[in-house]
Amino acid sequence: MTAVARSTAHSIVEASPRVKAFAAVIVIFYALVAITPLLWIVATAFKSQSDAIAYPPKVIFQPTLEGYVNLFTVRTRQTPDFIAHLPPATTWYDKLVRKHDMVVAGPSKVVPRFINSLVIGFGSTFLAVLLGALAAYAFSRFRIPLADDLLFFILSTRMMPPVAVAIPIYLMYRQLNLTDTWTGMILLYTAVNVSLAVWLLKGFIDEIPREYEEAALVDGYTRLQALRKVVLPQAVTGIAATAIFCLIFSWNEYAFAVLLTSGDAQTMPPFIPFIIGEGGQDWPAVAAATTLFVIPIVLFTILLRKHLLRGITFGAVRK
Amino acid sequence: MTALIHPDAPVDRIGAQASLGAIRRVRSLSDRGIAWLFVTPTIALLLAINIFPLIWMIRLSFTSLNLSMSYLPLRFVGLDNYADILSDDDLWIRLQTTAQFVIATVALEVLVGFGLALLINRQFRSHSFWTTIILLPMMLSPAVVGNFWTLLFQPQIGPFNYVVGLFTGIAPSSFSMTGEVALAPWTIVLVDTWMWAPYVMLICLAGLRSIPDYIYEAAEVDRASPWRQFWSITLPMVMPFLMLAVLFRAIENFKMFDMVNLLTSGGPGSTTELISITLKRAAFEKWRTGYSSALAIILFVTVFGAANIYVKALNRVKQR
Repeated sequence: MTAVARSTAHSIVEASPRVKAFAAVIVIFYALVAITPLLWIVATAFKSQSDAIAYPPKVIFQPTLEGYVNLFTVRTRQTPDFIAHLPPATTWYDKLVRKHDMVVAGPSKVVPRFINSLVIGFGSTFLAVLLGALAAYAFSRFRIPLADDLLFFILSTRMMPPVAVAIPIYLMYRQLNLTDTWTGMILLYTAVNVSLAVWLLKGFIDEIPREYEEAALVDGYTRLQALRKVVLPQAVTGIAATAIFCLIFSWNEYAFAVLLTSGDAQTMPPFIPFIIGEGGQDWPAVAAATTLFVIPIVLFTILLRKHLLRGITFGAVRK
Repeated sequence: MTALIHPDAPVDRIGAQASLGAIRRVRSLSDRGIAWLFVTPTIALLLAINIFPLIWMIRLSFTSLNLSMSYLPLRFVGLDNYADILSDDDLWIRLQTTAQFVIATVALEVLVGFGLALLINRQFRSHSFWTTIILLPMMLSPAVVGNFWTLLFQPQIGPFNYVVGLFTGIAPSSFSMTGEVALAPWTIVLVDTWMWAPYVMLICLAGLRSIPDYIYEAAEVDRASPWRQFWSITLPMVMPFLMLAVLFRAIENFKMFDMVNLLTSGGPGSTTELISITLKRAAFEKWRTGYSSALAIILFVTVFGAANIYVKALNRVKQR
């Protein structure tokens, strides 16, 4: 009996081919359904205005770059007469725009907004990782009084609702002339990111054996030399992963950005929904902006795959 | 994927403080100096950007400050704002809406996420690739997600209604996911689940991978049914991970602002007006700063309490 039971029983560890196939079908089906909205947006970016709002929705269409052109330019409508008297269009996008009786009037605001996203994202990431790495090293290696309370304090700042935090920040920034500035947004995002950076980096540094440093100290290195020459090189992966998480947060953040910026320092997330054409949202242009905005995130997700779990749980669950 | 999670990976080394011995003693003074030098900038920044404004806000919550009438002298009204908030029926309805949103999303995300994790844990070929695909939505900007789902939900031109129409025969233009009182609350739940079920899935996967094989082997020897194995091995061992995911999602969704603000902006009427949206309107549209400060403090206290539980749960998972 036992022998029969053993031979029919499948260990959970190694599922039977049929179970595997069943699992695969459901997971792949879910993945395909879940990814469709994203693919739809990427496709919409290549539709013409009329294809984008066609009924029934078009799956097959003539691809065009109008969406991208509309995203990057400001156009004015002119009479066909006026356009006929203009010198011939010199660039491919001029030609594309003139087909719709429009002329390019200048660049749109998308490039400055994109630059804002980059500057604020990288600025706050750099500061958060720098501060976070120092604090994490101290928490990991030294006895700090009330260390657990301080760590909890650092984490708890991240638990506050952003809209609630924005109320006093708005008042404070108004006094300090920091509203709608790079400095203001970088400081704010650094403060939000530093909690993640401390917790993640502490986890990574905890994993580096202390013996290496001790050996270096015995060899006559000072603390700072040991930190620079022994700990830092080993923490590079952790620092890189932490930096990407901080960058993703700043890149995606909306609540602070929409409440505290209006123009000069506005980032992409509050900007994208307000890309409008004649008569409402210009969907191909919105989709084009979304696509360009999302590409770095997709790349980062693939890069971060191994550390994703750690990042989203503040280092609580490691691989 | 197997490389992702090791059951015996180092979990915590906070305890491993006590080995530097003699060296530590000789250099202890400079070490302490370095420790403070390293920690102070972070604490200072958080005090400046989080704590100082918080204290300022507590003070404002006792005033009648209205930024659209800031020429009025600052008047202290004691606890009036708090009394107004706690006796405001509308606000309790907003809190109810928020609670319903949190409960519905967390329940669905646990169901979908845990289910997917169980399936992926069967380790079929190419599961790693499909896992990455499934994870993509949670990495996106919630605001951008809310915005592009409004296109997908357009009654006429959006693919969502069209697909629903194909399967059910309901005319695609006869309903609006974001515009109808009966549907809108489910719409925000649907999009949030689409976005965050992968989060629960990833954490559950870690839990499943942490269960050593020999426990299942022992259960097989004892001829425990798969059903029994699930209830007495899998579920209890994944539970701490699941709790972590639940608490994190609950806190995040209690604060939910960006995605819903762009998807329905609280409408139709106020059917999907979560408490963060109410707060934003009071503070940045009606400019009732005193009142909204009091509301913000109440929300702080609520989230802070939840965060406390969260950190305790975090530690429990770490101790495993």
